[in-house]
Amino acid sequence: MEIVQQILFIAALAATAWFITGRVKLIAKAIRLGRAENRFDHADERLKTMLLVAFGQKKMFTNLLVGVMHFVIYAGFIIINIEILEIILDGILGTHRLFAPIITPIYPVLIDVFEVLAFGVLAVCVVFLCRRFIARVSRLQASRHRELRGWPISDATIILTAEIVLMIAFLTWNAADSVLRDRGVGHYGELQGVVPDFLVSQYLKPLFTGFSDTALVAYERTAWWLHILGILAFAIYVTYSKHLHIALGFPNVYFSDLQPKGEMQNMPEITKEVQLALGLPVTTEPDGSQANDNGEQPAEIGRFGAKDVEDLKWINLMNAYSCTECGRCTAACPANITGKKLSPRKIMMDTRDRLEDIQKGWKTNGPDYKDDKSLLGDYITAEELNACTTCQACVNACPININPLDIILQLRRYRVMEESEAPASWNAMFSNIENNMAPWKFSPSDRFNWAEQVNEPLTK
Amino acid sequence: MTVNEKTYTVPTMADMAASGEAPEILFWVGCAGSFDDRYKRVTIAFVRILNHVGIKFAVLGPEEACTGDPARRAGNEFLFQMQAMSNIQVLNGYNVKKIVTACPHCFNTLKNEYPELGGNYEVIHHSQFLQGLIDEGRVKVEGGQSFKGRKITFHDSCYLGRANKVYEAPREVLAALDADLVEMKRVRANGLCCGAGGGQYFKEPEPGSKDVNVERIEEALATGADTIAVACPFCMTMMSDGVKNKNREDSVRVFDVSELIAQGQGL
Ligand code: SF4
Ligand code: SF4
Repeated sequence: MEIVQQILFIAALAATAWFITGRVKLIAKAIRLGRAENRFDHADERLKTMLLVAFGQKKMFTNLLVGVMHFVIYAGFIIINIEILEIILDGILGTHRLFAPIITPIYPVLIDVFEVLAFGVLAVCVVFLCRRFIARVSRLQASRHRELRGWPISDATIILTAEIVLMIAFLTWNAADSVLRDRGVGHYGELQGVVPDFLVSQYLKPLFTGFSDTALVAYERTAWWLHILGILAFAIYVTYSKHLHIALGFPNVYFSDLQPKGEMQNMPEITKEVQLALGLPVTTEPDGSQANDNGEQPAEIGRFGAKDVEDLKWINLMNAYSCTECGRCTAACPANITGKKLSPRKIMMDTRDRLEDIQKGWKTNGPDYKDDKSLLGDYITAEELNACTTCQACVNACPININPLDIILQLRRYRVMEESEAPASWNAMFSNIENNMAPWKFSPSDRFNWAEQVNEPLTK
Repeated sequence: MTVNEKTYTVPTMADMAASGEAPEILFWVGCAGSFDDRYKRVTIAFVRILNHVGIKFAVLGPEEACTGDPARRAGNEFLFQMQAMSNIQVLNGYNVKKIVTACPHCFNTLKNEYPELGGNYEVIHHSQFLQGLIDEGRVKVEGGQSFKGRKITFHDSCYLGRANKVYEAPREVLAALDADLVEMKRVRANGLCCGAGGGQYFKEPEPGSKDVNVERIEEALATGADTIAVACPFCMTMMSDGVKNKNREDSVRVFDVSELIAQGQGL
């Protein structure tokens, strides 16, 4: 009997590993669609940022209460992995609480900590569900934010509910286990005197006093399997969900932008054109390297700006996979606050949707498949792009240093430089700058006229 | 032309170079500071302060051109780089080392974006510069208008604040006025945009429920301040329009930090 369980367990483990490996490869391939960009510089600063923002969750604490609640879930997640190690080994070896006799003095302390965290996670998940559906926190409402309609809201609800079920399974399993130990049933009894009652589950023991031994063993086994299969299923599910941030959040922060938020990235391929136009010596190649003088055509220049995901940088695509859809960016966005269609969260979700759609295409039509859609136009509209004030509030708000603005600006570049599609008044502004050296239609020779007024009294 | 007892001068780089001199700083006026009637008064106020403290400065005058910021943010990288490289040629031609500007957009572009194109300067926003003068005791707010008992609120400009983390300098300048500084709900890193950045100033806003500057002015008015201090030409226009939109132009005024200092000094 035991051996059957062991075989089933190993099979479940292997299937999960196989599935996740497939997903990870696919996601990695999708991220690699993006253009090259060096984000491996300044390792010290990056490490520091990652410790503060990812491990330390610095930006989550801008709202102390939410910060603390998220921290409980986060700590629970990290620490409960130690417990999962024991569960997995028990599953493979057919043992029961493998570590208990080995590390007897600290074992109960560990389990107590896990139980407190499990209870904390459970409580926080309940509060989070209430925030969504009873307190109706604005940034999480599909009625207010169209990008949340359908799957994203279900995704969030599924995750929170699953976590609650998993934690209940874990706590009641410990309780049933303790009752079986007290009664001295089978191998459970062997832990008498080795393992005491635990901090939280001891209060759940009365629930099981009416159970027969057989029913109790059945419950214990069911809860154990539910807990571990739940975790394995969750691990697979995560790769399809916004919950991928529990893994990608860390590298995403490590590779985040280090330059000042207001700095827009240079386009070296244009520098060369401009240097030629102005009759200046050409100093840079499109890839940013120093020019060689032999007049060779440089390697193929991609599009000016971005039309689809492969024109974006890989970090933009990793950003998209890391986004938790929390909407802090959108809640801070002046355009969104004032009812415009632009939502930086939607920009990130659209980018990810685009990548997932391309992946689906690969699956059905082979690995080089490309449909005729593009991120710009089929997912993100000009109206959204044009509404951005480039205020960087979204960049500042994101707890994991995602930069929606960078994508917006690259798409704008494509519209203006490749499609010549700018609002008419922007075109007028462009031609004013070009002809009058100012965005307005004034004569450049009048630029210094103000100086004639320096000695006049200022009208208040 | 009514001439005050004091006379202020505005030397150009060309004049200075012709007489073999080099200024301590270049004052980058910016397009709004040169052409916008309201912002010209800010330019003049700042120039008077520079005159008053006796700093050797110069402007480019007719040789100055748009930094290219609105073009770049609207997506026209080509036009931006044309502007940038022509400006860099002029600036490097005069061997400019230190630039002060009253426009956060010029500030950000000159400071962060010109270096990659060959323009390396020490760039300072005028609020930082004024803070320096106050710290050194070279500017004392006395002899002019008193601000005692007046409520002032400061509107953070995105390209000064979030973009470059300059939050304290304008506030410290205002603190020198001995006024009652009140903060809005969304300030510093959480400050709300005036709605003009990223080229928005040069086109109609997209359809929505209200304009961004109206949202912001409601927040500013909620503080009960009678003076809204800004440090950016676009914020200046957007906030002034907001005040008009709320029919409060009789009781609430919008001023640049340098204007308030000039008023406090009676310049
Ligand atoms: S930068 Fe653009 S998208 Fe981001 S908050 Fe500001 S207006 Fe919204
Ligand atoms: S981009 Fe950042 S702030 Fe915006 S929804 Fe995603 S995780 Fe949240």
